Amino acid sequence: MLFLAAFACAAVAQEPKRPSPLKPGPEFQSPDVRALQADDFANPGMLWVARGGELWRAPGANGKRCADCHGADAASMKGVAARHPRHDPSLGRLTDLAGRIEACRSRHQGSPDLARESPEALALEAFVAHQSRGLPVAVSTDGPAREAYERGRSLYVARVGQLNLACTHCHDERWGRTLLAEPISQGHPTGWPAYRLEWQSLGSLHRRLRACFFGVRARQPAAGSEELLALELYLADRARGLAVEAPGVRR
Amino acid sequence: MNADVTPMNADEGMRAVAIAAVLGSGCATLSLEQAPLGPPGDAARGREVFVSREGGHCVLCHRVPGVRVAGDVGPALEGIGTRLSPGEIRYRVVDITRLNPEAVMPAFHRTEGLARVAPAYAGRPVLDARQVEDVVAYLGSLR
Ligand code: HEC
Ligand code: HEC
Repeated sequence: MLFLAAFACAAVAQEPKRPSPLKPGPEFQSPDVRALQADDFANPGMLWVARGGELWRAPGANGKRCADCHGADAASMKGVAARHPRHDPSLGRLTDLAGRIEACRSRHQGSPDLARESPEALALEAFVAHQSRGLPVAVSTDGPAREAYERGRSLYVARVGQLNLACTHCHDERWGRTLLAEPISQGHPTGWPAYRLEWQSLGSLHRRLRACFFGVRARQPAAGSEELLALELYLADRARGLAVEAPGVRR
Repeated sequence: MNADVTPMNADEGMRAVAIAAVLGSGCATLSLEQAPLGPPGDAARGREVFVSREGGHCVLCHRVPGVRVAGDVGPALEGIGTRLSPGEIRYRVVDITRLNPEAVMPAFHRTEGLARVAPAYAGRPVLDARQVEDVVAYLGSLR
């Protein structure tokens, strides 16, 4: 009976309230963390960018370098991070930047797979993402990407875990408030890969998302899984217009 | 129940009554109590449940007097013992989504109807019956 009463209140649309105005992640960080990100000489993520630059110019298993196809200065990579995740026609599926880099490595360099969160994979991703710094996120959610986008949105509003919370509860309805001592941001993906002080390392967006699933005591999707790719596409569309900041610095 | 309702089966009839009750009083103002889940709780233990990560970790979202580091996702609970009866507090701690399905606060003593629970927590409520009673005793003491 009481249960039914609850349902009577439940007939509310499931389109998540989007945050307005859009505010990038650093606005929710302390001034010292913000300052770390803003200064290229202090931003620890720049170490990964530098290492990624070396890998960009290093020969793959077949002797070819990323630089041989894409140019030594990587200017051709400008904007690439801003349009990922994306449905890649040559792969026939949705891929994020990490997956796209991996595909180039195996297809064009004959190199063995890198583990997703390995230092080399993060370095290459940081190097490529850095080329888009300052450019607005502009992903496509049409055509073949539509299904993943819808799936991402459903995941975003689904209550999960023993704590029974959805992404939307924290990042749309309660951003700006504080969870214990941590301000909740709008949950934008634009700073990633980011150096997280708590990890003492650069880490991927998927690692950050897994932490949010862990936080609500939910089964975590694997890094690189279709679920996280779909969620990432939804987040990117939601952040449309915000600038890529990689490598970010976060608490 | 008037004659217009007779084509409904029993379930639908129940729902109609429930909806009428809700529309009459408004979702947020229902005054609902829940009976104790066990023997009376202990307020000191309840404070521990309230602040500890292994307990309810309620401080993630609620400020209370005497606790320095706490979040503000939910309302401050200072004086909650004067605003709500123990039965009403218990009703909210056990499963506040019964009051408002849109509620942000987790359902602390419910195992049904949850999705994708991590294996380590599956089938277990966040708080057991004794912890619920302890935290109810603690909040009841905030006057
Ligand atoms: C209980 C609250 C809560 C829930 C539920 C939650 N998050 Fe978070 N999330 C946080 C907090 C706290 C942080 C760290 C501070 C910040 O950057 O917002 C965070 C960080 C993030 C970030 C990094 C933002 C940045 O600028 O670096 C993203 C992206 C994110 N969350 C997405 C999600 C998604 C997607 C979900 C659902 C699968 C989710 N979150 C569920 C609280 C939550
Ligand atoms: C993730 C955030 C969160 C956590 C954790 C949390 N609460 Fe809440 N609580 C809320 C919010 C938000 C509300 C307001 C109703 C709503 O939207 O859920 C609330 C409401 C309440 C109320 C009703 C207050 C009133 O004035 O009517 C009580 C009592 C309460 N919480 C107790 C607790 C206790 C006890 C715990 C831990 C065992 C706890 N809460 C943990 C977010 C939280």
